[in-house]
Amino acid sequence: MSARGALAAVVVLALAAGPGALAETLAIVGGTVHTVGPQGTIEGGTVVVRDGKIAAVGRDVAVPAGARTIDARGKVVTPGLFDSLTRLGVVEVDQVETTRDFAVEDDEITAALTVAEAINPRSMLIPVNRVEGLTRAMVAPSPGASLIAGQGAIIHLGGGTDLVVRAQAAMFAALGEEGMSHAGGARGAALLRLREALQDAADYAANRPAFERGARRPYALSRLDLEALVPVVRGELPLVLSVDRASDIRAALALGREHSLRLILAGVTEGWTVAEEIAAAKVPVLVNPMVNLPARFEALAATLENAARLAKAGVTVAFATGDAHNARNIKQGAGNAVSYGMTWEDALRAMTLTPARIWGLADRLGSLEVGKEADVVVWDGDPLELATFPTQVVIRGVEVPMDSRQTRLRDRYRTLPGELPPAYRQP
Amino acid sequence: MRWTGGLAALLTLSFAAGCATTPAPAPRPAAETAPEPGEITRSGDPYPSTYRPLPSRPTLIRNATVLTAAGPAIAGGSVLLRDGKVAAVGRDVAAPADAIVVDAAGRWVTPGVIDVHSHLGVYASPGVDAHGDGNEATDPVTAEVWAEHSVWPQDPQFPLALAGGVTSMLVLPGSANLIGGRSVTLKNVPARTVQAMKFPGAPYGLKMACGENPKRVYGGRNRAPSTRMGNVAGYRAAFLAAQYYRREWEEYAESGQEGDEDEEWDDEDDRPEIDLGLETLAGVLAGDILVHNHCYRADEMAIMLDLAREFGFKIAAFHHAVEAYKIADLLAAAGTCGAMWADWWGFKMEALDGIRENIALVDAAGGGCAIVHSDSAEGIQRLNQEAAKVIGAANRAGIPVSREQAIRWITLNPAKAMGIADLTGSLEPRKMADVVLWSGDPFSVYTKADQVYIDGALVYERGNPALTPRTDFSVGQEGGR
Repeated sequence: MSARGALAAVVVLALAAGPGALAETLAIVGGTVHTVGPQGTIEGGTVVVRDGKIAAVGRDVAVPAGARTIDARGKVVTPGLFDSLTRLGVVEVDQVETTRDFAVEDDEITAALTVAEAINPRSMLIPVNRVEGLTRAMVAPSPGASLIAGQGAIIHLGGGTDLVVRAQAAMFAALGEEGMSHAGGARGAALLRLREALQDAADYAANRPAFERGARRPYALSRLDLEALVPVVRGELPLVLSVDRASDIRAALALGREHSLRLILAGVTEGWTVAEEIAAAKVPVLVNPMVNLPARFEALAATLENAARLAKAGVTVAFATGDAHNARNIKQGAGNAVSYGMTWEDALRAMTLTPARIWGLADRLGSLEVGKEADVVVWDGDPLELATFPTQVVIRGVEVPMDSRQTRLRDRYRTLPGELPPAYRQP
Repeated sequence: MRWTGGLAALLTLSFAAGCATTPAPAPRPAAETAPEPGEITRSGDPYPSTYRPLPSRPTLIRNATVLTAAGPAIAGGSVLLRDGKVAAVGRDVAAPADAIVVDAAGRWVTPGVIDVHSHLGVYASPGVDAHGDGNEATDPVTAEVWAEHSVWPQDPQFPLALAGGVTSMLVLPGSANLIGGRSVTLKNVPARTVQAMKFPGAPYGLKMACGENPKRVYGGRNRAPSTRMGNVAGYRAAFLAAQYYRREWEEYAESGQEGDEDEEWDDEDDRPEIDLGLETLAGVLAGDILVHNHCYRADEMAIMLDLAREFGFKIAAFHHAVEAYKIADLLAAAGTCGAMWADWWGFKMEALDGIRENIALVDAAGGGCAIVHSDSAEGIQRLNQEAAKVIGAANRAGIPVSREQAIRWITLNPAKAMGIADLTGSLEPRKMADVVLWSGDPFSVYTKADQVYIDGALVYERGNPALTPRTDFSVGQEGGR
């Protein structure tokens, strides 16, 4: 093989491995760096990014020769934001069913549903959200035919053909009003169905040969669903339960104890009223801090102070929008959480390091620490402020293009009327 | 004409009352114009406002940064509220001896926030089926229904909006229908009846809807409209009927059979039949009822502007208007406001092309009238935050937006679209003292409304349980909060 041929092969391999492998060395210099790690906040700090990883962080860090420098003086540098509940990549237009790919109306496929292979890396929602600082997201399914929705995947929002970071990252199910609607209309039945599924999965795991011989009692779930639930009953895969009413939260905690589950609670609108119990159970919660309407009878105690009160009680709190198109507004939620009592540091952590910890990725993500994957955002001010936007986003060590379908539409129409129709305006 | 002689006379009277310096807007002159019980009549104001301002004392808020929505920001400014009105605004306003003085050092003052697109009361919380009172989705044209007849004053969402600084709102029927019915303008005060919330002197509005919703709702039932062309045929048929109806009544009036305003009809037999829906549409043609048009796509808005010209009315505002930036010049030329979200997009095909700078681009068109609206019981609590996101996005894109400009998106411009800009929407002498005292820059995420005044009365004060209203629904339901 010629030298040129060898180089080409290397390039092809590198491209196949994703953009991280081709990343330039970057030095983000002079910003106020919130590491969300042991180094805390560094004024006038430098972050060096090499081979997709963070190579150095500090005040007196030399810029490596040949590094591309990003001037962050007067700016704020944080880890990339992580939304713990989204539909990114599995929806384009909510009301166009063929673009919705996160719920299945098939009672033979419930727990077995995965979203990972359905995620569309070319979704127009990805650039719209990443240019505003979102670099990682949990993509979760919704209940369809069953209160067990299926398995969510964690993605990065960088480029490439595969965004999936972890394909089977958690099992999702709903209790409360949503859960009961899939169980004949009673909370007791929803809990019974969930317990039955967990018991069946445990029994199946212990008796696969007998099951294969047809020598086991009938199970309520299909083989595929039982198989999917085995890691849940073994405590290997987290089970995320959507619950809002205080009594549902307590029932979920009891279920988690009974089955020694890796339980995570989502929604948790009335969580503050039972915050001590959640904290004692060491169960993390995924909350949207802007939910304060008594919109359902299971959410009458909704308050903007929920996130702050939960955090104050010692609960591990991560932010989750449950959105797709506007997952980018996770930082507005964080700002509101601060406005209603959370510390600024806790709020930033709730969309960076805390989700990484909850999803078991804290060794790779969530803070600006040497050796972690380089998701770095340079902001033109306090990232929690409304009028603040990123000037540069780095995902897995690569500077992402700071444009989206939306910025391009804007630029088409900013001068009206033009000599030629906007259709002739690039891009 | 009889029609305008009825309702318009009432409006004129109450506008005059609203602008006077009396402490409270005068009650409607119901005794003079109310029909006799049992009389068949098309004029009048059958569900008149009984709103009375809550008790107030002269109040001077001083040392604040004042955004008046009518001029430059005033640093170290004062606003004097007296007898329900803004009495003075400026740098040097002396405190009258009887005034409460609020030192607002470090804090900001703005006009009360106004939401031109709300469904509070007609889609109350909790959002159970029994509270679904916003869409009379039984016919694509229901001009005869009035949103005020659906408003539940005990909706717990009203006080939440108040804590967000909202002092007035337009409550609209939903968008299932081509013509959904009359909207109602409310003062955001706790009350036992909707009449006691009705903004005195505000004109009625008519809700219309373009695009996907009507054609989906009715097309799904295999009836018209099932297409956008069916939508437009539906509006045209309705307004054509209104033109005939209006002419019929004009001819009747000209025939001399119509008696004096206060007299009974001379000849019941010759009199045209009263049609509740056509009364409303005739009111639009007469210019007494303002059209609020749910419409997303640029091309559809352009067609609606032509439709309005065809029938001789004006569209006060396009609501949602996700593509308004594509025709900002046409909107400005027509004098039609765009009422928009800061960043909602992609939830349906007609919302696909939403951009963060939409509001700023509509505002930037010469004479443009841009509004931040909510259409959301959550969003209405944070219209200032929604505007702030637009400020940031626009400035980032090189479209300069000042705070003086942005405050109008949530105060004076919605007031214009609602026909109440002579009464409220800016801090100018003689306007209603609808005022918010913010803990800081209203466009910061960390800022909250500390105090809210409506007609000079302190109706909300953060952290003061005595001035934190709660509707009946919330009593004993708050988890010990």
